[in-house]
Amino acid sequence: MSAHVNAPSRAPQDLSESITGGVGESPSRPDGNLKVRGDYAYSSDLWAEDMLWGATLRSPHPYARIAGIDVGQALAYPGVYAVLTHEDVPGDNRYGLKIVDQPVLAEDVVRFRGEAVALVAADHPETARRAVELIAVDYEVLDPVTDPKRAAHDGTLPKLHPESGRENNLVRYQPVVRGRQDVSADVVVSGTYTLGMQDQAFLGPESGLAIPAEDGGVELYLSTQDLHSDRKQTARALGLPPDKVRLTMSGVGGAFGGREDLSIQAHVCMLAMHTGKPVKMMYDREESFYGHVHRHPAEMYFEHGATREGKLVYLKARMYFDGGAYASKTPVVVGNATTLGTGPYEVPNVDIAGWGVYTNNPPCGAMRGLGAVQPAFAYEAQMDKLASALDMDPVELRQRNAVDQGSVLHTGQKLDYPAPVGELIERARNLPMPPERDPAAEPDIRDLPGGAANTTHGEDVARGVGYAAIIKNVSYAEGADDYSTARVSLQAVGGEAVAMVHTAAAEVGQGLVTVQQQIARTELGVERVNIHPNDTSVGDSGSSSASRQTYITGGAVKTACEAVRETLFERATARLGHAVPDLTIVDGKLVSDSHGVLADVVDILGDEVIECTREYHHRPTYPLDPETGQSELVHVQHAFSVHRAVVDVDTQLGLVKVVALDCVQDVGKSVNPDAIVGQIQGGAVQGMGLAVMEEIQVSDGLIRNPSFTDYLIPTILDTPPMKVDIIERGDPHAPYGVRGVGEPPTISAGPAVLAAIRAATGLDLTHAPAGPEHITGTAH
Amino acid sequence: MDFLRAASLDDALATKAQRPDIAPIAGGTDLMVAINFDHIRPSGLLDLTSVPELADWSESGGVIRIGAGVPYARIISELGEHLPGLAMASRTVASPQIRNRGTVGGNLATASPSGDAHPALLACAAEVELASVRGTRRLPVAEFFTGVKRSAAEPDELITAVHLARATGPQQFAKVGTRNAMVISVCAFSVALHPDRAEVGTGLGSAAPTPRRAVEAEEFLAGELTSRGMWTDPRPLPETVVTRFGELVAAAAAPIDDVRGTASYRRHALGVLARRTVGWTWDEYSTGRQTCA
Amino acid sequence: MRLNLTVNGRPHQADEAWEGESLLHVLRERLGLPGSKNACEQGECGSCTVYLDDVPVCSCMVAAGQAQGRAVRTVEGLADGDRLDAVQQSFVDSGAVQCGFCTPGLLVQAHDLIERNPEPTDAEIRESLAGNLCRCTGYEKIMDAVRLAAQRKAVS
Ligand SMILES: Cc1cc2nc3c(=O)[nH]c(=O)nc-3n(C[C@H](O)[C@H](O)[C@H](O)COP(=O)(O)OP(=O)(O)OC[C@H]3O[C@@H](n4cnc5c(N)ncnc54)[C@H](O)[C@@H]3O)c2cc1C
Ligand code: FES
Ligand code: FES
Repeated sequence: MSAHVNAPSRAPQDLSESITGGVGESPSRPDGNLKVRGDYAYSSDLWAEDMLWGATLRSPHPYARIAGIDVGQALAYPGVYAVLTHEDVPGDNRYGLKIVDQPVLAEDVVRFRGEAVALVAADHPETARRAVELIAVDYEVLDPVTDPKRAAHDGTLPKLHPESGRENNLVRYQPVVRGRQDVSADVVVSGTYTLGMQDQAFLGPESGLAIPAEDGGVELYLSTQDLHSDRKQTARALGLPPDKVRLTMSGVGGAFGGREDLSIQAHVCMLAMHTGKPVKMMYDREESFYGHVHRHPAEMYFEHGATREGKLVYLKARMYFDGGAYASKTPVVVGNATTLGTGPYEVPNVDIAGWGVYTNNPPCGAMRGLGAVQPAFAYEAQMDKLASALDMDPVELRQRNAVDQGSVLHTGQKLDYPAPVGELIERARNLPMPPERDPAAEPDIRDLPGGAANTTHGEDVARGVGYAAIIKNVSYAEGADDYSTARVSLQAVGGEAVAMVHTAAAEVGQGLVTVQQQIARTELGVERVNIHPNDTSVGDSGSSSASRQTYITGGAVKTACEAVRETLFERATARLGHAVPDLTIVDGKLVSDSHGVLADVVDILGDEVIECTREYHHRPTYPLDPETGQSELVHVQHAFSVHRAVVDVDTQLGLVKVVALDCVQDVGKSVNPDAIVGQIQGGAVQGMGLAVMEEIQVSDGLIRNPSFTDYLIPTILDTPPMKVDIIERGDPHAPYGVRGVGEPPTISAGPAVLAAIRAATGLDLTHAPAGPEHITGTAH
Repeated sequence: MDFLRAASLDDALATKAQRPDIAPIAGGTDLMVAINFDHIRPSGLLDLTSVPELADWSESGGVIRIGAGVPYARIISELGEHLPGLAMASRTVASPQIRNRGTVGGNLATASPSGDAHPALLACAAEVELASVRGTRRLPVAEFFTGVKRSAAEPDELITAVHLARATGPQQFAKVGTRNAMVISVCAFSVALHPDRAEVGTGLGSAAPTPRRAVEAEEFLAGELTSRGMWTDPRPLPETVVTRFGELVAAAAAPIDDVRGTASYRRHALGVLARRTVGWTWDEYSTGRQTCA
Repeated sequence: MRLNLTVNGRPHQADEAWEGESLLHVLRERLGLPGSKNACEQGECGSCTVYLDDVPVCSCMVAAGQAQGRAVRTVEGLADGDRLDAVQQSFVDSGAVQCGFCTPGLLVQAHDLIERNPEPTDAEIRESLAGNLCRCTGYEKIMDAVRLAAQRKAVS
């Protein structure tokens, strides 16, 4: 491992367990043993001799002017080493993923409840908390902007970011129009759908440890989704060149988009550099709700027209996304939602528009299924509504309109890879159904809505079945140069050829480490593949988001392995004195069809290390035309999944028990089938949570439920058995034909569950999550 | 903050008398949340987990005394038959880990309108035993709750036990939450039939500033059962009686809109729970067969 | 405050613990045993589950002083040297571990379940693990792992 002079205890380890299995197999995780022993080093486990604890003072108001900050008392508190405000930000007091609009520490104004205002470093977390309390901030409270639609259109509201140069409080406006705009249709259905704010609710709190370095730089150990993006933003805030800010990944306790933006990064480094001591920072669960972005809530009007035979004629859609106080990924949400807003269906005439806005609500950004989750709730509700208006089977209607390879989407992009949506829907319909409830049998209350809380013994329980088919883009889009870097080495260790894979691509739980090993084993023909901790001493890998890493970093590892292999073959040729045409490596031996076993890889390597670093770039994408939303290739790849949900609803109490949540998904090429099943099931339960219980409740800019007591995520008793049916229709443009896996199930599960609840109750249910109040008509 | 471990009840009461602002700690499942999140900073903690007088339950003359420190897990496994309502309520509290630690004493002391033991205790006409160096007293649980998270306990008092008559008829508890486990109640309801004295007991949770009974509903149902001679000759409960009982329970509630639910949902749901649970208890009473578990 | 307790069979001492600290904090920050995880510190997630005198509890809900003189067993104490406990091995083999943050608490809770109930039904497994949140797996492979562990323990 990289030997930092003053590495903290419990710094990340090399993963070097001996496990076997190449691409297409299901080897277990190289970090599995460490994790079940409790020995895996997460960022909240970090510890250094003599370290201090950092804490953050956050704004209690959604919108206020800061007239003054007095840190005197806090600084004087025994055990306090530093109290910092915006005046102490050494570099540029601005950061941001897409738009650099967020202060590291608030200056003259705070724009959301929870915005960071000042920092403390102290000898104990309790000391830090007491000191935070002693910082006196003089706020002039202002009326917050909280209505996203008004924020988009009402010029009389305060402009939260006048520097943006955009109209009103707009972050991005994007139309996508195609075909005729003056069409009518035999049957028209419309509806307005709303979606609450969802939290990633990863379990590992935001945390990290910064250690000042002798060269004036800083070492930061942390959990994140994107080391290089963090480094760029942090270095800018610290006023340091990027190479002086060295980041190392510690164990990440889940991410789901919530670790794309900075949280502790710049803050903890400022404290460490200011005090000259190691500083650890860790949010508690409440602070975590303020300290990371959430999924954009949305309001969406959708209108579909179709022929009597059930062919879609037109779609008109208007979508509003509340980005909250800072832009974060709002531009991407608008881009994804408008380019994916038709769903996986062919619609000849389309008029879609999306607005992403600034308000004084909590900032929203990346979360699994970014920008694709919201419209899926709308277009899938519409498909069921249309089926009902046409008196047609909803599955049949979806099949009639499903895209396929060769379809042209409303952006003008032609799908030049398999898009087997019709097949997915067919397979979902054919999956075996869970057994019917036997009304005569004595029920186990744990299987009923309400569970062990004993609310029904079968009374008023109705079953419903719902389907949802969805589309998601994979990887970065709209012209971003999307690439990853991998460094692969091969050397003889103890008589065995051992490969090492080193990337900055974040392992957040998804199993990228396993996939990297599998690729290296397959490409290099050696069993032993070690994984170097992720850090910034190797090139950029981009973010573990957008379902992209198996594709992009997988591609980089494959490319680097190929280069290592070529080098090895060149050496072999030199050693053997003649070229052998069809060399491969099998079980650590150089083999050729014509000559049989030629040499041990170990012998060819001798004492030398072969090391190659390679970048992998996917084919270029192109921006959307700002007025028409047209683009030759806006997304490098699309992924598709279909869910079928079966639910039991207590129609009197509005309680829901999901009975089955089965998925069919095209994964292109199944690199690790077991891990894919795990991704699909985990993703599905997040979608299910959004359909039935998960909502950050915001009123007047304040979060009313910043805790796991009142922000509820599904427990194991809420979760049904989930069948997964994987098909592989390779994408010829992608390494091994892979297709992004992580996000689609999160997108399809929620609308399927909601559809099933509608089927069970006969209600419209236009809001997700559908709570007991919505189902019983007692919301007000 | 300091930490004291009481070895006996006398020891604990003496400390509490000297330092009324010290926070007793039993299972810690309310108190530690408040400390971890910096909501309170008591002057000290008084650990009750080693006080033998609080640690057990006993029965004498048909009345069960549950020490304030008996965790839910033991109530579920040891008292399910004697006190089915309280055991059912205990089973809905939080998770197994929390039930291994959390106590009825702590639930009462917190006096939250959403405490799940409360409706069951109300329906069983339990008494709360309070002790101080001044002596011991017993208070009907309905008089114990005085406001949101406020109780009749004096600053120098500890809750030492609850007393409940051993069940003489069926009891039920049902709680609504927005997920199927590990959830604070949106509303809860408990009903107990007391055929020995021809009475009905009820308790409502998360329905008003304090846990409360639905006295009119109790009297209505007991009156109907008595006047129809159904205590001794149980026949199916008329639909009109079930409906009226539900209405009276809902009418007894004075709920609010909060982050967990709306007032109108709560009132509606309490009516539903009342109708269902009274049906289950009556089925059991009339057939001798318990439904579900 | 000075604390003496036994953790995973070994006596431990923590000096200068603040009285408001939880057992979880003491284990993680004072005794060098960060295996038990701190995902909520409000009793809701179960990641911090440890045995306290053979009873699984959320260690974030136990005041440090309450552990004085007690025996604690954490995830670090489940394996027998190099040999993983059947529950641990089954979690690895079933793919029940993704980010792994929920894993330590789940392992202790599942370990206790199988000790008390060697042949749990699915409904019993779910009720018993309802206080252990996992955000990654959707629980299906956790169910597989617990079933497998019960089978393995039954034959061994
Ligand atoms: C994750 C989680 C879920 C929960 N879910 C539920 C639920 O579903 N239903 C529910 O009802 N509750 C729930 N609770 C709350 C809590 O578990 C219960 O209120 C429990 O009964 C508290 O008991 P305890 O022994 O842990 O109390 P402690 O936390 O030890 O004490 C609680 C309060 O009572 C005082 N106190 C304790 N014992 C005494 C005594 N003998 N005399 C005087 N004062 C005393 C303490 O000073 C403190 O103020 C939950 C808590 C958590 C953490
Ligand atoms: S950290 Fe203890 S229950 Fe979540
Ligand atoms: S594996 Fe990540 S929370 Fe369970």
